[in-house]
Amino acid sequence: MNMNGGQALMKALENEGVDILFGLPGGAILPVYDPLIDSSIRHVLVRHEQGAGHMAEGYAHATGRPGVAMVTSGPAATNIVTPLCDAYMDSIPMVVVTGQVPYAAIGTDAFQECDTTGITMSVTKHNYLVTEAADIPQVIHDAFYIATTGRPGPVLVDIPKDIVDPNNPRSAMEWYTPDSHDLPGYLPNQAGDAELIRQAAKLICEAERPVLYTGGGILKSRGAEALLELAEMTGIPVVTTLMNRGGFPDDHPLCLGMPGMHGNYTAVTAMQEADLLIALGARFDDRVTGKVGEFAPLAKIIHVDIDSAELGKVRRPDVAIQGDCRVVIEELVKALKEMGGSEAQPDRNQWRSRISGWQERFPLTYEQSKGDELLKPQYVLEQLRDSTPSDTIVASGVGQHQMWTSQYWKFNHPYTWVNSGGLGTMGFAIPAAIGAKAGRPDRMVWAVDGDGCFQMTAQELVTAATEGFPIKVALINNAYLGMVRQWQEMFYEERYSEVYLTRDVPDYKMWAEALGCVGLRVESPEEVGPAIAQANEIDDQPVVVEFRCEAEENVFPMVPAGMSNSDVVVDPSQRDQPR
Amino acid sequence: MSAADGGGTTTLVVRVENKAGVLARVAGLFARRGFNIESLAVAPTDDERFSRLTIVVGVDAAPMEQVVKQLDKLVNVVDIRELNPSASVERELMMVTVRANPEIRGQILDLVRIFQATVLNVGYDEIMVSLTGSPSRVDDFEDLLRPYGIVDVQRTGKVALPKLVKAAPDPLAP
Ligand SMILES: Cc1ncc(C[n+]2csc(CCOP(=O)(O)OP(=O)(O)O)c2C)c(N)n1
Ligand SMILES: [Mg+2]
Repeated sequence: MNMNGGQALMKALENEGVDILFGLPGGAILPVYDPLIDSSIRHVLVRHEQGAGHMAEGYAHATGRPGVAMVTSGPAATNIVTPLCDAYMDSIPMVVVTGQVPYAAIGTDAFQECDTTGITMSVTKHNYLVTEAADIPQVIHDAFYIATTGRPGPVLVDIPKDIVDPNNPRSAMEWYTPDSHDLPGYLPNQAGDAELIRQAAKLICEAERPVLYTGGGILKSRGAEALLELAEMTGIPVVTTLMNRGGFPDDHPLCLGMPGMHGNYTAVTAMQEADLLIALGARFDDRVTGKVGEFAPLAKIIHVDIDSAELGKVRRPDVAIQGDCRVVIEELVKALKEMGGSEAQPDRNQWRSRISGWQERFPLTYEQSKGDELLKPQYVLEQLRDSTPSDTIVASGVGQHQMWTSQYWKFNHPYTWVNSGGLGTMGFAIPAAIGAKAGRPDRMVWAVDGDGCFQMTAQELVTAATEGFPIKVALINNAYLGMVRQWQEMFYEERYSEVYLTRDVPDYKMWAEALGCVGLRVESPEEVGPAIAQANEIDDQPVVVEFRCEAEENVFPMVPAGMSNSDVVVDPSQRDQPR
Repeated sequence: MSAADGGGTTTLVVRVENKAGVLARVAGLFARRGFNIESLAVAPTDDERFSRLTIVVGVDAAPMEQVVKQLDKLVNVVDIRELNPSASVERELMMVTVRANPEIRGQILDLVRIFQATVLNVGYDEIMVSLTGSPSRVDDFEDLLRPYGIVDVQRTGKVALPKLVKAAPDPLAP
């Protein structure tokens, strides 16, 4: 079939099962926006290309399918660099199509030219500069394959205008449907080595104080069920990192919750005291380990990861297994069953009782506001958690509100937590929530955002309003870049430098209304529940609920940067407790 | 310390797809970590879909481990071998132009003979010669020429292949 490159691009995207594209047109990508009109793919017109990228990420987080964004050259391409890096750090499958100046003009400083593949080389799993229209079907097919297999990640495809412009003879091509990949250097491997899996099973059967240290690889591999089986069969407690919240139910008796810098005391301490850490799809991030040399000093390490570069990157494992988390866990369960299953597990009552002792002495805690004090953000999150369906999808920004959300929410379903872990991108919440809602229109989607974050990407609420994505935003207005304020309070002798945002400017309620949303403002604890109920009722418009919160509230527990996890600082009310 | 003497250096032989931009991807992984590439030789292999890069990096093997793993993750990188100098045959080509007034030209030609180098071009007071050899032999030759006044020198960086097995297999072995 004869067609032009632009038509071929749309057809190739359709063939990959793309149902929604987040983007914004411009000169170089213009020719592709014409065949888009005739395509089955829905296009969501964003207000800033960063929004398109985060929406694609949110869509991928919530559905497991690759998110797709399409933007023009130059400034649009640079605007989407942040989401690319974000997706790269958090292993999010995403394909970004960028327009480029005509092939012959590349390198001439043409209008809106930038070296997109050069700029994005280090923030993509792979990228392409397509030089011939005839390459489009194969490149798109390969791009989706690379983005979604092995360790998932973002792939960028840069397309010069001439090869998609029907008025240019260079765009003429004959359609073909690629049926294979010619990628001799890319051979992702799923299965783990059987002998290593047996060794891991043996270590598990010998361990007295084991902990399952589970990361984003559980969700990426769709391994939550396998993990549940492994945990229940062995009775080993589970910590879920920021990237695996929801990968193991918070309500499960074996769940210890989030470890790390703002993890709860029990999760942090259980890892410190463990004699075996079974790291599944986790990468020993510095926010989890604290001072690496003093992290889990007594523990042997089993490390399972699809990416062999993670094995031994930070901590040398005793057993390193390269493979897909779900596949390896399933094999591990089999190997453990052959060794006797739960019967073969040593008596770990003492370990369990130490853990429950920590849970009793050091639960998450905060002091409720009194009189006419402003709201406590933790209270707002508890209320929100308790007044929304358990499968609500929660997206968050970056800062104190993110840590409180992760701490106080009860994640009992996989793919309900959408957040920026590795890059820590302020402004992620609103566009990511829109992408999640686009992927899961059946679910309630709340964004928990900070006042600083909100001001970075609030314009995408216009996208939500006009494109029909009735997300809800819980805006934690603490008048500060709160997380930075906390560091200045704790580590810079309360010398506050450029962290005060002001309390009343902007007027968030009015701003929300101007953006096409319902705007609500909440100032007292009694108003919290009713406002959430009101927001939950609204399903034809986005809602922003501004919660006027206490500015001085700090996130605890906290392991100060560079310190050992054994020096975790607990809430002031718990500092006299015996550890 | 030069790359050629093998101290604190690592030699990688990397087979890549012969495509635009692949060298930049490979070089970028070293640059990002502040690792300097001491020498680099690139040419297509007998199968023209691939190129072979011989990279000498001034870094010990241990910090290299992570770079090698990251290199391996590049979609265009097909395979990587780390070459141990004692287990490989290494060669490098040097072209050098040396000052050579007619009175001292004879001395230089002596060195050329001793090293089995080749005279490529002769000017009225300069001479251009080339030498192919192990990197340390090329170093020696360059050191001996230096006092005469090197006008221009270009070395290719080393290329290498693993040494071959010496003992024939035992015909009686099962
Ligand atoms: C794009 C970006 N810029 C700066 C930072 C550094 N940073 C981390 S948290 C934070 C404060 C966020 O403020 P806000 O959104 O109000 O959240 P809060 O901590 O007050 O809950 C800042 C500035 C960042 N993570 N991302
Ligand atoms: Mg704030």
